Amino acid sequence: MAVKLPIYMDYHATTPVDPRVVQAMLPYFTEHFGNAASRNHPFGWEAEEAVDKGRKQVADLIGANAKEIVFTSGATESNNLAIKGVAEMYREKGNHIITCVTEHKAVIDTCKHLEKDGYRVTYLPVQKDGLISLDELRAAITDKTILISIMTANNEIGVIQPIAEIGAIAKEKGVLFHTDAVQAAGKVPFNVNDLKVDLVSLSAHKMYGPKGVGALYVRRRNPRVLLSAQIDGGGHERGMRSGTLNVPGIVGFGRAAELCRVEMEQDTKRLRGLRDRLNDRLHKGLDEIYINGSMEHRLPHNLNISFAYVEGESLLMGINDVAVSSGSACTSASLEPSYVLKALGAGDDLAHSSIRFGLGRWSTEEEVDYVADKLISVVSRLREMSPLYELAKEGVDLSTMQWVVH
Amino acid sequence: MAYSNKVIDHYENPRNVGSLPKEDPNVGTGLVGAPECGDVMKLQVKVNPETGVIDDAKFKTFGCGSAIASSSLATEWLKGKTVDEALAIKNTDIVNELSLPPVKIHCSVLAEDAIKAAITDYKKKQGAAGKSAATNETANA
Repeated sequence: MAVKLPIYMDYHATTPVDPRVVQAMLPYFTEHFGNAASRNHPFGWEAEEAVDKGRKQVADLIGANAKEIVFTSGATESNNLAIKGVAEMYREKGNHIITCVTEHKAVIDTCKHLEKDGYRVTYLPVQKDGLISLDELRAAITDKTILISIMTANNEIGVIQPIAEIGAIAKEKGVLFHTDAVQAAGKVPFNVNDLKVDLVSLSAHKMYGPKGVGALYVRRRNPRVLLSAQIDGGGHERGMRSGTLNVPGIVGFGRAAELCRVEMEQDTKRLRGLRDRLNDRLHKGLDEIYINGSMEHRLPHNLNISFAYVEGESLLMGINDVAVSSGSACTSASLEPSYVLKALGAGDDLAHSSIRFGLGRWSTEEEVDYVADKLISVVSRLREMSPLYELAKEGVDLSTMQWVVH
Repeated sequence: MAYSNKVIDHYENPRNVGSLPKEDPNVGTGLVGAPECGDVMKLQVKVNPETGVIDDAKFKTFGCGSAIASSSLATEWLKGKTVDEALAIKNTDIVNELSLPPVKIHCSVLAEDAIKAAITDYKKKQGAAGKSAATNETANA
C-alpha cells in the first residue's frame, strides 16, 4: 500500500480532532448554543449540563473530582494560572518556587515574570537522561518554598519525570506541587491521588480534542488549594477563571478525554510498537545516531534522535514530505539550538542534529517504514557532504578542534 | 520557512561536492564556522600555478539548506576565476543570487569567509614553496 503524503509525525505539537469528538461537539454550535451561565432558561441548562458532563469526563481521566476541574483556554493559561495564582495567594507564606530548566516556556517565562516581581526561582538542572535529581530537589526546598512545578512528560524528548516521588517530597515538606501534564495525560496512566499532585495543567488539542480549550486541576482537599484569579469578571469556575465557558470546546475536550481513557491501553501498546520499529530501523540503517533522553522513562509515542554530523534543518529539508520537528534553530537570529537538548549536556552540535518524532492515533506501520527509509537515505547523502563526517572518519576528534565561532 | 528555487536546486543537486588533496601545494583549503553554531564549511580551490586561475573547486558543508547552497554556488563561481577575482566575491552577491532572507545572511558571510580562508591558505603555501625553491636555487649555485 502506498503511503499518503505528507506524513504527519509531529503529534507533540498538536493532534487532529478525532471525528467522534467532532460529532459530539457539533450540536453545541447550533442547536444547543446556550450560555452555561444562563440559569433561568432551558438553553442555559442544556449548556450547563453539557459542561458538567465534560467536566466529569476530564476529571475521570486523571482520577479527580469534577469540582476540581477549572476550564481555561489552554495549557499556557493553565500554567500561568497555577503558578501566578499560587504565588500571589501564598505570598505571605513564602516567595520561593522550584522548577526545572527543561520545562515548557509557558512555565519558565511565567517564573521569569515572577522573578521580576520579587519572587525567587530555582531552576533545577537535569541529568544526562533528562530526569531531575530528587536529592537536588530536596536540597532546594527552603521554608520559603511555596510551589514546585515540574512537568510530567517533556514535549521534546518525551522523558517522564518521577512525579509520584516528587509528589511525596512535596507533601512531606508541605509545599504545593504543580505539574504540566499536557504531553502525558491521556497517553499514559495519570492519577492525581496516586501521584500526590495539587495542580495539573491539561490541553485538549494534544489528546485529539479541539484547540482553544484546556483545564487546570485544582485540589480541593488535603490540602485545599487556593488561587488568585488572573482573569477577573463574572466569577465563573468558582471564581478562579472568569469568562463565558467554551461549551462546544468543553464537550469536545470531555469526549476526547473519555476516548483516551478507554483506548489508552491499546493505543499505548500499538504506538510503542511503532516507535520501537522506527528506532530499530534507524539504528540498523545508520551509525552514530543518538537517542536524546531516557528510553526507559519516556512516552511510548516519542522518539528524539540526534543524527551526528548532519544539521537538523537541512535534514528536514530532505524529508519535506514528513512533518517532524528539529531541535536546530538556525532560522532564529540567535542560532541557539533547543534549550532542552542543551540542558542534557549533549553538546550543541548534537542538539543541532536532532529530530523529534511524535507518533499518534493515525500513525501506521507503512508511514514508519517510509520515514525510516527516507531518513536513512537523506542522512547518508548529507553525511557525504559533511566536512564533520569526513574529519571524524579521518580520526579527528572534533571536540578538540579549534573552531572559529562566528 | 520557504526556500527559493535556487536554494532548493543547490540543495538537491549540489555542485562540486568533495575534497581535493590537502597536501597539494596548489590546493588551498578553508574550514570555517563551528559545529555549535550549526554550520561548518570546507571549501577548497586548486590553482594553476602558471596562470593563477582556479581550475577546480570543491566543498563540503554541515549546515542548513542555505549554507549548502551558498557554498555550492561559491564553488561554481570560483572555477575559471583568478585568485584576485575570487577575493572580490562578496557575500551580498550570494544573497542576491540565492534570494536569501535576512535570517540566512550569515550563510553567505560564511561562504565569503570560506573563499578568503581557502585563498589565504593557498597563498601561504605558495609563499612557503617559493621560499624553499629559492633556498634550493641558492644551494645549487
